Amino acid sequence: MIKILLFAGLREEAGKSEIEIKADNLSISGLKQQLLETYNSLNLNGAMIAVNEEYATEDTVVKSGDVVAFIPPVSGG
Amino acid sequence: MELFEVKSEPLSLEDITKKVERREAGAITTFIGTVREWTKEKRTLYLEYQAYEPMAAKMLAQIGKEAEEKWPGTKMAISHRIGRLEISDIAVLIAVSSPHRKAAYEANEYAIERIKDIVPIWKKEHWESGEEWIGNQKETVPYPSGRPHL
Repeated sequence: MIKILLFAGLREEAGKSEIEIKADNLSISGLKQQLLETYNSLNLNGAMIAVNEEYATEDTVVKSGDVVAFIPPVSGG
Repeated sequence: MELFEVKSEPLSLEDITKKVERREAGAITTFIGTVREWTKEKRTLYLEYQAYEPMAAKMLAQIGKEAEEKWPGTKMAISHRIGRLEISDIAVLIAVSSPHRKAAYEANEYAIERIKDIVPIWKKEHWESGEEWIGNQKETVPYPSGRPHL
């Protein structure tokens, strides 16, 4: 299982803050595709990605047990 | 006493100043980020901040580390508040101490700019006319378009 965390506008679009997907050894872009099969209106394009609380890229490969966060443009401060 | 924290309770300038006080410091600069009522012609009623808390705290600590490398001898503390904030409430506090004032000023400004780039915290504006998650501070990139620099 890969845990996906959603924030801000993405959280509202999905109607939930966490989604679990059965997958292992999957690239972030593959994970996105799988996510969009169920949540097809989710706009993930502008979001940065973090794997286990570290910024990652589209080709980062995630394993079962990893936590992937989609991070929309930030606006703290 | 955490130097870098994200919390729901009100922030205290006195507390954060104490965190960076040192005998070798000749200067402490503090920055207080507050909730503004008017942005151009739009009136804010209140703000809601959300964070990816563990990662946000880590990224704040990273900013402190970056600052220490750029301005050796500085010590930084940052507190960011989340949840519902009213007009004039303090959203963020940054304190920097250093032997001399210039480094303390510069490191402090660096920190707020970095917060706006890399720390996973979001604010939702609740205006008189509606509400929106803000993508960046200039409102030029409202979520979901655009992508901040790392």
